[in-house]
Formats: sequence, structure tokens, C-alpha cells
Amino acid sequence: MDASKRKLLALNAAKARLLAVQMVHGAASGHPGGSLSCLDVLTTLYFDVMNVDVNDPRKEDRDRFVMSKGHCSPAVYPVLALKGFFPVEDLKMFRRIDGHMSGHVEMNHVKGVDMSTGSLGQGISVAVGMALAGKQNKKDYRVYSILGDGEIAEGQVWEAFMSAAKYGLDNLCACIDVNGLQIDGRTCDVMPSEPLDKKLEAFGWHVIKVDGHNYDEISAAYAEAAATKGKPTMILAKTVKGKGVSFMEDNAGWHGKAPNDEQMAQAKAELEAAIKELEG
Amino acid sequence: MGENIATRAAYGKALVELAEKYPELVVFDADLAGATMTNGFMKAYPERFFDMGIAECNMVGVAAGMATCGFKPFVNTFAMFAAGRAWEQVRNTVCYPGLNVKVVGSHGGLSVGEDGATHQCIEDFAIMRAIPGMTVLCPCDGNEMRLATEALLNYDGPAYMRLGRLAVDTVTDTIDGYKFEIGKGCTLVDGTDVTIIAVGMNVQMSLKAAELLKAEGISARVIDMHTIKPLDTELVLKAAKETGCIVTTEEANVMGGLGAAVCEYLAEACPVPVVRHGVNDEFGRSGKAPAVLEAYGITAEKIAECAKKAVSLKK
Repeated sequence: MDASKRKLLALNAAKARLLAVQMVHGAASGHPGGSLSCLDVLTTLYFDVMNVDVNDPRKEDRDRFVMSKGHCSPAVYPVLALKGFFPVEDLKMFRRIDGHMSGHVEMNHVKGVDMSTGSLGQGISVAVGMALAGKQNKKDYRVYSILGDGEIAEGQVWEAFMSAAKYGLDNLCACIDVNGLQIDGRTCDVMPSEPLDKKLEAFGWHVIKVDGHNYDEISAAYAEAAATKGKPTMILAKTVKGKGVSFMEDNAGWHGKAPNDEQMAQAKAELEAAIKELEG
Repeated sequence: MGENIATRAAYGKALVELAEKYPELVVFDADLAGATMTNGFMKAYPERFFDMGIAECNMVGVAAGMATCGFKPFVNTFAMFAAGRAWEQVRNTVCYPGLNVKVVGSHGGLSVGEDGATHQCIEDFAIMRAIPGMTVLCPCDGNEMRLATEALLNYDGPAYMRLGRLAVDTVTDTIDGYKFEIGKGCTLVDGTDVTIIAVGMNVQMSLKAAELLKAEGISARVIDMHTIKPLDTELVLKAAKETGCIVTTEEANVMGGLGAAVCEYLAEACPVPVVRHGVNDEFGRSGKAPAVLEAYGITAEKIAECAKKAVSLKK
């Protein structure tokens, strides 16, 4: 990846992080932790990997994305806004009774969203269906999805994994955001899921492990997935929950909590410093 | 009376017959294609048939994904697992986004017979009806089933349809002016003393009940209410006003289904005596289907008794 691309991704991710925390602060509710952890992967998808058209969000041949961990709307909405699907200003309507930006990711009211999600374990099945539809229609679009590492305790996820392998869905590339934390604590304590690579391989998937905050590795993994034939690909992205806001990092308490004004000021200062450095 | 055929068999045939006309139709099953009778479609159109294994929740989600891409998926399994196991997937991944997925539950009610309570779904009407915007159907015979299947292909949005296991007499093909429309019930027999509003194979039982009542000098109207939701309130109101009392009958728990829908409506629009006939809030059990139905009072005789009770409750 050339330096300018890397900088573009880092800058958009930093801006998205600031918007994410501001959305949650503004609504006084929402899920900052898992949104911040997956934002580098999501930014890479929309600004490097995916073929989408902001002027024609439902274009038939577009690539599709399903946020299976649908509470990470504070990751999805800012990235779509920065991409140009709707004005950044709209993010102020997050979780408001007079707004259109629902607490969990919503397809019918937010431009650019391909599937409404929220109840964990269900989005990945939808991504499988979209990929199956692509095969059925002989289209060459690709389908992407992000799951949480807590989410994968849902049995339906493994049903979906089996079905993607059955139909050889090489047009599907999912990513598990392995931030190691969930509401009740460390994922390894709540419900151990490792070794994920061996499990996914046994389920018939091509598996790639990356540092989920390294754009070169993420981008290379998506290119490898696109070149992998006959089976779906899973990217296991090792990430830090709350990434980019010092006091939220690796702290389960920030899964679904809004910062107060003082915390917001600190988060803003940290993220604006990161943006300034990248712009400088 | 016409052909004696199970609604599941008529549905399976309809899928095959309609496949060419509706190229967007795709069919999913969860390892029950022989029982749900989607196996005819599987053989005729293997490239449009997806067996998802014993994984109903994923099946519903995959169908939803295909629906976002313009397909018209019909997902099939037993009512117990379509409406029960995958309820929340149907609610959140199909109904909330308003996706065009048809959820088809075969082997509804007690007439599953030998398999017993775990497979006898008597709650599907109630729990599917409870989802905002969901359409709920249960056609009574082969003729109606074929028409309902095509109507669903032309209806853009989520719907649930229950199929029955047992062969039943075709009764709707000889009714003058019979026409199938989602949300519009059909008066099969006119009457003035009481109206029996029936769904599924209880329609045929109700026709027999009307004959029993006639012999006792009671004139019973019989309505085939194939669509439980949206309820044909116009037809229900007319029946309440003209006959002054109602019996509802269904092969389902008396709580939450057709009986509840009729009561909810009439309580606010035109309170008249309503007697709900169905399964009285208990689980089924194993046995030959007719014996199970008899044991739980799902018979023409019981419907006639309920009708007499309803008449006696009139002021």
C-alpha cells in the first residue's frame, strides 16, 4: 500500500472514531467499545476494498456489507457519512425519537446500509444469502461482513459458516473483530472460542490472521480473500476494544456506555490530536 | 366435493407449476423436503432449491439475504420450527426490515399425530400474528392452497403460511363466486342463527357441523377465514350483526390465534357472544391423527356444540 493510501485510511478512521464517540455522547447511549475496535477494518473496506456508488446506494452490482454485530452502528454510520452516502450532520440524529438513525444498524432509513441488524448471530446468515444470490445470478459482486468475537457464541453463526462452505461462497469474506472483550468481561472467560483459526479451517473456510489496526495487513488480507477460489474467507482481526480513546481501550465497561462531558472532552482532544498529526 | 389431497401436497405441486412463471422463486428446506413436499421442486429445479440442513435459523437469514437481492424465497420446515425455533429470526431479520420472505410451516396443529407434542405446533398462529405487519395464512384445501401460493408470489413482504399433514376434501372449488384474496374471508354456507369462522381443515369440519346443526333446526353460516392476519373485519362484523353470535374454530391453542383475533376485533366493534373452539391451552400427544383430534375435541360434533352454546348466550 502506498503512503498516501495508508494516510487516507488512517485519517478517515480517526475522523470516524471522533464521530462515533460524539454520536454516543450526544445520544447519551450506544456502543463505543466494539465500534472503535472494528473501525480500521471497516474504513479499509469502504475506502479501499468495496465497490459502492454513493449516488446509487442500491445498485444491483455493488459489493455488499453486513454488520453482523449490529450494535456497532457508531462505526457504520460515520464511515458511510464520510464516504458520502449522507451528510455528517445526520449523525446528530442517532438514537433520537425525532431522528432516523436507529440504535442498531438500519437499512430502510439510512442510505448505504445493506441490511438491518441488531440481534446477534443473524447478520452473517444474511451475508451468506447475499453471496448465494450473487452466485445464483452469476454476478461478480462480493459480500463482506463483520462479526464480534462475543457474537460467535451464537449457534446460528456456525450454521451460517457451514452453509457458506457447502455452497463454496468464495465471493464472501467475513471478519471476526477479535477484541477479546464482551459485556460480562473477557471473552476467554465468558465463553472461550479459541482456537478460532483451527475451528474455521475445520468448517471449510480459508483463514487469514491480521493485526486489525494495520491497514497494509487488512488490505492484503482482503486481496488474498478475493483471490481465494472455492471457499469463503474469514479474516481474524486482532484488535483493541475502544481503540483510539485511551481510557476506553481494552476495558469491557465501555462496551455499551456513553462518555460524560468531561470524558468526551478528553476523547475529543486525543482524537483531534491524531487527526491533526495525520493532516499535518 | 373435489379431490382429497393434503394442503402440503397441493403446495408442493403449486411450487413446481409456478416455477417457470416466477423465475425469482427459490425454495429452501431444512432436511424435511420429503415431508414438507418441496421435494418435487427439488427434483424439477435443483438449481433453485437449497437444502440448508437442520438449521432453521440460518435458513431464514440466508433467505432474507437472497430477498435483498430480488429473489422470492419460500422457506420450508415444520410449523414448530418455522414459527417456533426461528421466530426471532423471522421477527428481526425478515419482518423488521420488511423483506420478501415467505415462511411456510408444514405439519401444523395436532394432526401431526404420532410424532407427539414436540412436533404439534399449536402456537404458530399466535406468535406469528404477534409480529407487527406479518401476514398469516392457513388455506383449507388443495384448491385454496394453490391460489394462496400464487397470491404469496405476488405479495411483496413477509408472510407466514401453515400447511397441514392430512389429506382433506377439496371444498372451495364448488363454491359459486369463490375467489381467493389475501385478507378476504369467504362465506361457504350462508346462515342466520350463528356464524362459524374457521381456518385450515376446521373449515371442512365446520361444514359438517353446519349440517348437524341444520338437522336440529339451527341455521349456521360458515366462513373460511384463510387469512388470520390481516383479519377480514368487514366480514366478521357483518356476521356478528346478522347472526348475533360467533364460533371460531382452529387446530391451534384458543389463545392468540383466530379466536383471539375475532374476539379482539368484536370486543371493540360489536360485542356479541363468541365461543372459541380449538386446543384448550394444553400440549398434544402421540396417537393416530384422527384419534388425537378426537381426544382434544377437534371434531365437527364439538364445533356444533360450541355453536349451540353461542346461540344460547345470545340475549
